[in-house]
Amino acid sequence: MAEQSIGKSVLRKEDMRFITGKGQYTDDVNLRGQTYGYFVRSPYAHADVGEIDVSAAAGMPGVVAILTGKQVAEDEIGGLPCGWMIHSKDGSEMKQPLHPVMAGSKVNYVGEPVALVVAESFVEAKNAAEMVSVDYSERDAVVSVTDAQSAPVIHEDAPANTCYEWELGEKASTEEAIASAAHVTTYELTNNRLIPNAMEPRAAIADFNPATEDLTLYTTSQNPHLVRLILTAFIQLAPEHKLRVIAPDVGGGFGSKIFVYSEETALAWASMKLGLPIKWTAERSESFLADAHGRDHVTTAQLGLDAEGRFVGLKVKTTANMGAYLSTFASSVPTYLYGTLLAGQYKTPNIYVEVDSVFTNTAPVDAYRGAGRPEATFLLERIVELAARETGRDPAELRRINMIQPDEFPYQTPVALEYDIGDYEASLNRALKMADYDTFADRRAASEAKGKLRGIGFSCYIEACGLAPSKVAGELGAGVGLWESGEVRVNPTGSVTVLTGTHSHGQGHETTFAQLVASRFGISVDDVEVVHGDTGKLDFGLGTYGSRSLAVGGSALAKAADKVVEKGRLIAAHLLDEDAEKIDFEDGEYRVKDSNQAKTFQEIAFAAYVPHDYPLEDLEPGLAEKAFYDPGNFTYPAGTHICEVEIDPDTGVVEIDRFTAVDDFGTIINPMIVEGQVHGGIAQGIGQALLEGCVYDDMGQLQTGSYMDYCMPRADDLPSFAVGMTSTPCTHNPVGAKGCGEAGAIGSPPAVINAVTDAVGVPDITMPATPEKVWRAIATADKNAA
Amino acid sequence: MYDFNYHKPSSIDEAIQLFTDLEDAVYLAGGHTLLPSLKLRLAAPTDVIDLAGIPGLNGIDYSGDDLKVGALTPHDDVSTSPVVQSVIPALASLAGGIGDAQVRNRGTIGGSVANSDPAADYPAAVLGLGAQLVTNQRTLNADEFFTGMFETALEEGELLKEIRFPKPEAAAYVKYPNPASRYATVGVFMTKTSEGVRVAITGAAPSVFRATDMEAALNADFSEAALDGISLDADMMNEDLHASAEYRAHLCVVMAKRAISQI
Repeated sequence: MAEQSIGKSVLRKEDMRFITGKGQYTDDVNLRGQTYGYFVRSPYAHADVGEIDVSAAAGMPGVVAILTGKQVAEDEIGGLPCGWMIHSKDGSEMKQPLHPVMAGSKVNYVGEPVALVVAESFVEAKNAAEMVSVDYSERDAVVSVTDAQSAPVIHEDAPANTCYEWELGEKASTEEAIASAAHVTTYELTNNRLIPNAMEPRAAIADFNPATEDLTLYTTSQNPHLVRLILTAFIQLAPEHKLRVIAPDVGGGFGSKIFVYSEETALAWASMKLGLPIKWTAERSESFLADAHGRDHVTTAQLGLDAEGRFVGLKVKTTANMGAYLSTFASSVPTYLYGTLLAGQYKTPNIYVEVDSVFTNTAPVDAYRGAGRPEATFLLERIVELAARETGRDPAELRRINMIQPDEFPYQTPVALEYDIGDYEASLNRALKMADYDTFADRRAASEAKGKLRGIGFSCYIEACGLAPSKVAGELGAGVGLWESGEVRVNPTGSVTVLTGTHSHGQGHETTFAQLVASRFGISVDDVEVVHGDTGKLDFGLGTYGSRSLAVGGSALAKAADKVVEKGRLIAAHLLDEDAEKIDFEDGEYRVKDSNQAKTFQEIAFAAYVPHDYPLEDLEPGLAEKAFYDPGNFTYPAGTHICEVEIDPDTGVVEIDRFTAVDDFGTIINPMIVEGQVHGGIAQGIGQALLEGCVYDDMGQLQTGSYMDYCMPRADDLPSFAVGMTSTPCTHNPVGAKGCGEAGAIGSPPAVINAVTDAVGVPDITMPATPEKVWRAIATADKNAA
Repeated sequence: MYDFNYHKPSSIDEAIQLFTDLEDAVYLAGGHTLLPSLKLRLAAPTDVIDLAGIPGLNGIDYSGDDLKVGALTPHDDVSTSPVVQSVIPALASLAGGIGDAQVRNRGTIGGSVANSDPAADYPAAVLGLGAQLVTNQRTLNADEFFTGMFETALEEGELLKEIRFPKPEAAAYVKYPNPASRYATVGVFMTKTSEGVRVAITGAAPSVFRATDMEAALNADFSEAALDGISLDADMMNEDLHASAEYRAHLCVVMAKRAISQI
């Protein structure tokens, strides 16, 4: 049966189990003899840890064991490594203070694990945890990013609380360009700290079998092989071949489940020590405290323009918060995922960026949907907007005259990246049309007539996805390769099992990857099953983050599928008694050119596994192929977002009236899934712009530790999005895909803030632009106008 | 939550007897404050007395002068009741704006009022409409009922049975919700009666209160413009991450004007 499913909105194969409660998440797994872990966490942001008295807790009902950070140290377990080495401008290596699995003599953020109570039930573990008495001596907390470098030192081996002082680009030429610019726009900004809030909290079950010495870890991970690698090679808990990591259904990650955390590491260690399965599922309060947070930059930037409005130089100085310790990929986020994106869609010839990363007494900060690229886009698209206003230019036209043109690719930016392809104006033009930009003035007048303020804001973003060419990543300090593996197993009846090293936790891989492979074989999507998330079943893989799964993992599968097609051709040639080069494969059939002699894909599969009439002397039986794909470059999704807001001046409440997104993701396999990804990303971007903000007080206590105070976007905060697509397929991978998972969260925040500040008539409002901040800005604007 | 003993009495007398006899007991109505407190281990009562088994505490009646609402009547019943919608539409509308559907199906008017949460909606209606609160012992006026943050005139163990709302000439409730929790940051219940205007404000201060300056101005001239010169004292306002005292004081006037515009 012939079927071409690329480009079709096939309904998601995985949704039936998700929406009927039949998913199998980590917390749904229960093992015989299972015990429960509960962590004693630091109530202080910064304190010395004296004696830990567990005597009262140890006598509580059901308690099996109580393990502390001191025992972790005695067993020489840890610390948790950071997988990306960044060098400072003076050539020195970044500072990597010990990140203990559980705190030893000092705690450095509220929520840091201090002890693990193991009991026969969850409630017994929690009850006993309350009875563990820890003698803390509190110290002053370092909370402010801007003051961190002059504050008391948190880690002795990180003077001035500084992890690294990194730079990229040409300092002298950039300063020269700005000094001689016709106009210079200066912008100081804070990129607000966010808490990821995946729907499923983190969870893990560690199960050590003392007889076989096999350790199985079920965990909520976006990349189970990476967990295995880190726990074995770096933390040396177990030999790699004796550790199996299973990440079953995972309910959202947004980056927060990339990392290897204290909890699953402590659980694995404790299970080996006790010879028992131990389960831990985070309570939501723990997620707020101890999931890696995102963003948290303070930045000053200058953009120079010539008399015609062309950008001549961009200089950026950022201080980035790492939190108390370096999380798994924290160091790469404000550097190679941030500084490299500062060219945006523009031909700015001179760019220089400096980034100081600092430690504070807050939860670790790491990649969160977009990871560095939202911070770069926010800075760039805000400062470009300000430049347009200051020089009296239309913000869309200023962007247009600076854009890299389609005939200028490949384009080498001054900040290390080489863009392969794009057509930025096409997205801009399409978005302007969809957003009815021509008639905006009418809508503004209509709003004013009813006492409301209306504004419009643009964001022309670019991002770098498909992490990443391994050689380049290695040169930049990555501790791992960033290729991907794929295996295509054709079963004897012609159905197909696909194995991928990427991981789906909401992205719909089970459908998209099935479409990709089914279309190559001309078979039904229903005949393809996708397997992921289990190191016991799969070749090594790098997992899912950075919008890489289709561009890198899909490319591996495409290569493997193509190998299957070629082997099938040899089998068909034998069965049809014809030379292989005279056999075409199309629509699921191997056919002799210019003839009606043909064998179906299913017939070939059967012949491969029942090789009674088969060229066994020349060809192995069976029909299964593997491929490892290492990308040749990053992919560069790009597009234009336009936000239009109406503001109630009496309350400062912002209503997003229209939101238009036109994106170029290259080749699209499933438009419905892509649109869903865009919707989710925009919702998170609007959340950052208007609603979400993580707040610690001066003592380092988390003020936004529940949904009563941390404002997640809800359906009624959002309009219906208008989503459009343009397409310039990626030039260097076999799928032509660029990646779509993060674009919404990258492109949208500056569009929203540009719209809000346009409506109010002020240069800036710090994110989140809450109603009170907007109300105060309106008062300022009114005062200035008076 | 910690373990506790659960009781489900079938009469008010039995409930009160249990409350008196037990060491550290609490009443459970809809549970929308109590259960989260238990789950977060912020409350640890020895005993929970579930009032759901007591007949006669749930219902809406407009056979006499007042609209009578039983203490255990869920928000959704008030919101969707044709009687409430016709007699005091602002009360139905307020109930329909509490929380979400799940909350409205479990949360009760008596639980909300007796809890006197500064950010709850119902206290504004009770005070704004000048309701009477009938307990197992006595009848209290709304003006004497709310005494502070999470504090009321109810004595230890005293049970709220029914709330009696006089029918106003007109009323409206307008709130500005906290964007995260959706509780009232400021909620203004505006009532016109034959005896004058009553303005009750919830969310803004430690307890629901009557804005007497606004009432005086509106008794003289019931118009939005009458509130132009009015400003509330920011020193008496609550303050949190989402709204400063100054912003709350400002919102009181804005929401009051919007309530007027609905009347």
